[in-house]
Amino acid sequence: MLKGGVIMDVVDPEQAKIAEDAGAVAVMALERVPSDIRRDGGVARMSDPEMIEGIKAVTTIPVMAKARIGHFVEAQILEALGVDYVDESEVLTPADEAHHIDKWAFTVPFVCGATNLGEALRRISEGACMIRSKGEAGTGNVVEAVRHLRSITGDIRKITQADGAELFEWAKRLQAPLPLIQEIHQTGKLPVPLFCAGGLAIPADAALAMQLGAEAVFVGSGIFKSDNPSARAKAIVEATTHFQDPSMLAKVSRGLGPAMPGLEIGSLDQTFADRGW
Amino acid sequence: MKVGVLALQGAVEPHAEALRDLGATPAPVRTPAQLAGVDALVVPGGESTTMSKLLDTSGLAGPLSDRLSSGMPAFGTCAGMIVLAREVLDGRADQRSYGAIDIAVRRNAFGRQVDSFEADLDVAGLEDSFHGVFIRAPFVEAVGPHVEVLAAVDGHPVLCRSGPVLVAAFHPELTPDRRVHRLFLEAGA
Repeated sequence: MLKGGVIMDVVDPEQAKIAEDAGAVAVMALERVPSDIRRDGGVARMSDPEMIEGIKAVTTIPVMAKARIGHFVEAQILEALGVDYVDESEVLTPADEAHHIDKWAFTVPFVCGATNLGEALRRISEGACMIRSKGEAGTGNVVEAVRHLRSITGDIRKITQADGAELFEWAKRLQAPLPLIQEIHQTGKLPVPLFCAGGLAIPADAALAMQLGAEAVFVGSGIFKSDNPSARAKAIVEATTHFQDPSMLAKVSRGLGPAMPGLEIGSLDQTFADRGW
Repeated sequence: MKVGVLALQGAVEPHAEALRDLGATPAPVRTPAQLAGVDALVVPGGESTTMSKLLDTSGLAGPLSDRLSSGMPAFGTCAGMIVLAREVLDGRADQRSYGAIDIAVRRNAFGRQVDSFEADLDVAGLEDSFHGVFIRAPFVEAVGPHVEVLAAVDGHPVLCRSGPVLVAAFHPELTPDRRVHRLFLEAGA
């Protein structure tokens, strides 16, 4: 039950302990945080099972791990390792340029990224149990996360106002299954939890995502690429809980030291968010 | 009755919906002032270690302890059951529980996420079975003399009551059946 919580990227057992001590609801075990993947280039793959097991051994909270888009064998291996969730992630180099993993074939629940509602609903129809707006991982720049979250929640609001005939057009426009569009029309929300990821670096970023309608946040490079990861991690956990309380946000934002430096989206050679179809 | 739902982390809204269905008035609780304004409290499912920390940092730990010892009705589900227990097994050393009900709970006792399951439970006092959703669920290892065990899975208690305090290892807020929430409201009224 991850809602209202912070899921933190960690690359070793020591970071996993810091994350759990800070109040993370889960950790994402990966070999390099997105900003390092971005810097190093090359092909990014599933993490070494030994490293994932090392992190599982020291934490009592759920452990997630990433598989490449379409790489169902990496997902099979992660399931065999007993991870709690698999993230089919655009941060790793895609293994298939047309197909995502058939997630119905697994017991382990999947989280998948999306930049818009159509992409979210296609992932849900493939069996994703959770959606995270993608943002642009490893940049420390929240602008893409905001764009994707607003796109998803904005279209949900429009669909709730559409009439029956317009729902068919929405299904065509979003390239998404009609029954899911009809369900959103009825309920006014995604059929699965909506989380936010990609570029969150300071407590205010987490609270912004929550006020925009995210139900939990992923923080990757933002914590362990900052000067004081432990204090920053705790502050982001508190900001995610007290996201509607500006005086509390002011209190937890104080004295955290420099955040990760951050990148302008226009300066990137490679955007991760475009991966996935 | 104004029923608070501890809203530090976890499945808050489904509980609020269940309470509204039964005619109670739910209110989120994130601060000591909000806690002071409610007649009863639901502690939802989530991550118990996270909730334990946030109870400390939000200044709720002391006031919650006081309210519980003065008999405030409380209902804990999953992680909430851990928060309300007397003793936590397989928890973290710094994890705090509030001793509102005399039980020892084992955290993640049914296993990891992939071991989550659903089961039809025979619940004492309910005519038909109740469909329980168990997610990384705890179970009760030991109960004190004044605790009633209302349901069990493979011999492990998963629904217990002691006076105005009810705890469930499963998530009754995730199914449309409101009978377990009604048990809580009846016990607290």
